[in-house]
Amino acid sequence: MTHRPYTPWLFLAPGLAICSLFVIFPFLNMIVLAFTDASALGGGQFTGVDNFVRMVQDPKFWAAARNSGLYMVGVVPPLVLLPLLIAMLVQKVVPGIGIFRTAFFTPVIASTVVVGLIWTWLLDSRGLVNNVVEALGGTRIGFLTDSTLLLISSMVVTVWRGLGYYMVIYLAALANVPKDLHEAAMVDGAGPVRRFWSVTVPSLRPTMVLVGALSAVNGFRVFSEIYLLSGGSGGPGGASTTLVMLIQSVGRGLTGEVGYASALSVVLFVILLGLLLVTLKLNRREDQL
Amino acid sequence: MKRAHVYLALRYLGLLAVLAISIGPFLWQFATSIKGPNEDVFVPDFIPDDPTFGNYAAVADVVPVWNFALNSLGVASVNVITNCLGAAMAGYALARLKFRGRRFAAVVFASSILVPFEAIMISLFLVMRGFGLTNTLTAVVLPGAIAALNVLLLRNAFLALPAEVEEAAIIDGANAWQRFTRLALPSVKGTLVVVALFSFMFSWDDFLWPLIVLSDQEKYTLTIGLAYLQGTFVQNQRLVAAGTIIAVVPLILLFLLLQKHFFRGVGEGAIKG
Repeated sequence: MTHRPYTPWLFLAPGLAICSLFVIFPFLNMIVLAFTDASALGGGQFTGVDNFVRMVQDPKFWAAARNSGLYMVGVVPPLVLLPLLIAMLVQKVVPGIGIFRTAFFTPVIASTVVVGLIWTWLLDSRGLVNNVVEALGGTRIGFLTDSTLLLISSMVVTVWRGLGYYMVIYLAALANVPKDLHEAAMVDGAGPVRRFWSVTVPSLRPTMVLVGALSAVNGFRVFSEIYLLSGGSGGPGGASTTLVMLIQSVGRGLTGEVGYASALSVVLFVILLGLLLVTLKLNRREDQL
Repeated sequence: MKRAHVYLALRYLGLLAVLAISIGPFLWQFATSIKGPNEDVFVPDFIPDDPTFGNYAAVADVVPVWNFALNSLGVASVNVITNCLGAAMAGYALARLKFRGRRFAAVVFASSILVPFEAIMISLFLVMRGFGLTNTLTAVVLPGAIAALNVLLLRNAFLALPAEVEEAAIIDGANAWQRFTRLALPSVKGTLVVVALFSFMFSWDDFLWPLIVLSDQEKYTLTIGLAYLQGTFVQNQRLVAAGTIIAVVPLILLFLLLQKHFFRGVGEGAIKG
């Protein structure tokens, strides 16, 4: 015997305690609460599917779900494509490349809050971007005051911050693309654009699926960018509120409707899990090809 | 040969364009933070006429920004220690000890990874209230104290170690704890650095959970402190800019010191996350 029977459990105790108390238990509790009218003050009666009926009839829910969905659809294509182009730009070792790679990663290490505040300042009605727009002969644009533009501006911030992160993932994958494929294509007279579509993209397909999945899940979970760019309001009349923002505003504080917020959370969880399962399935199909 | 020169020039042109896009906003923020009170902050001027660090002192007068920073530092440091130690212990048991129930324990950690924080945050707030911990820094630390992802990362690292060394130690009579601290732990240093780094960064950056669980200004971490600063003092952009620079500088220094681990961490997190 290499150890006493209870020894492994002593090793596991802290980790299991944290995960079960602060992840598994709240998760199960959320499912129970979703079927009650619990408030922030506690209590709550079992109300069956009332919360879900209310949700279907709640225009705020549909608006928030639509915004989260749009956000996801909006950030995935640029986050799959642009970091790949940047990775190809920094892949070749030329003088000074280390500095470029490090600099491109900087937005990733700055926290979302810092990034959000910097861009709020840049996109302000009197901010730097609008100054440039005006200097080019345009009129000032309400990047943060129009609900559609606010969503698009937040997407730009998310994409900007994701460039460096996904660039690193692509760099690792690019290193594994067989060199002779490129050489063979060159011998056949394929130009750079042609080689990108017929050699690079096909061999990076699994990585692109992975990046697409990660950015889709993160896109649907968006909170900080819109919260910060709108100063916590979710845009004019709350029109740019996302699902996570809605959960936070419904469930938080002394007037929090915990039951309803939990029902919204269940929906969020199901959608995110669904996205994950679709990804796994896509991944498996890639493996079979 | 001439064509190669054109390509190289184009490459540098592209690199410089991306460089401007990725660090330009930081430079602009820094420029704003050192502009004096008489300088127009709306004019696109990256080099102030009369640079001053007065805003860094001034921001501390309107909100206790150093206090916020200290709170963030405390939370992040505790997070690093609990994650490295707790996740390593659990990972070691899963990888190196044989016992009944190992599968069950692995399932608990694996399913924890699948639960997105955003879905349980309201319910988690109720748990913290049940413990009487709302509005404390303890409540900020606890949910991420031992992240399931780190347990699995370290489990994989321990699995990769050769069995022979430990077998020899068993014959020498070393118990499980001694084997863990003296043999296993030093051999997974690389993974531990990654776990430490990302625990620190995650904790330092966390916004949503402190926003939910903290209500007193004196308990604020830097992230919600900054959002509060922006909401209250939006008229004076110089102060907000100084605050954001205070928040970002420690991470940039950490990053420059430990660059290669950062890049490794992104790779590992992407594959296993």
